[in-house]
Amino acid sequence: MSRIHIEYFAILREHVGRDAEECRTSATTAAELYSELDQRYGFPQMGRLKVAINDEFRDWDTPLAEGDRVVFIPPVAGG
Amino acid sequence: MGGFSFSRKPLEVALLREAIADPVCGAFATFEGWVRNHNEGLAVLRLDYEAYEQLGLKEGQRILDEAMARWPVRQLRCMHRLGRLEIGEMAVWVGAASAHRDAAFAACRFVIDEVKDRVPIWKKEHYASGDSGWINCQRMPGADTGQPPPASASRA
Repeated sequence: MSRIHIEYFAILREHVGRDAEECRTSATTAAELYSELDQRYGFPQMGRLKVAINDEFRDWDTPLAEGDRVVFIPPVAGG
Repeated sequence: MGGFSFSRKPLEVALLREAIADPVCGAFATFEGWVRNHNEGLAVLRLDYEAYEQLGLKEGQRILDEAMARWPVRQLRCMHRLGRLEIGEMAVWVGAASAHRDAAFAACRFVIDEVKDRVPIWKKEHYASGDSGWINCQRMPGADTGQPPPASASRA
């Protein structure tokens, strides 16, 4: 089990009802963590998500480490 | 406020322009993105912009660096507004200065295209109907196919 810090933005922040949380999880990758949280919250379907770990874009199969900061990134719409 | 930055206050063109002034440059191209009052056939009242700022600043700077490596631009900046914006307000500004115009035009175009595609910024539209929606995430037929991430997204 590791402790992961998760931050939510935009549609995910509104869906979850908070902008961050600490999570104790047995998930070993970002994809597993997403699945675990999706089961809990039933995230909306929204096209291709990306993930950032410790403020850098990473692949979904990136292993998670104790204390990582994870952000799921919904399709962007700047400009 | 050099390079790529975010602002919670209205963008001031005169200041942005002044910061770029360079006697070596004979060309200056800019792009301004404005909040428009319609989208996909719906009347829009205002927008909220939100960003993952730590990553957004890095990715925005990477885009500027890529443009500087590709074209001989001397000065290149981009500022994106955050928070609530009304119709007609400026959401984003890109400025590129170079000795000659080709590089300035090309870099300016590249930066706005890449920023829209890569920087983690989200836009929520509020409609005259009272409804609202996150662009590219909800209610936008032109958005992606609706596939959730994990299994399929690992090498997308």
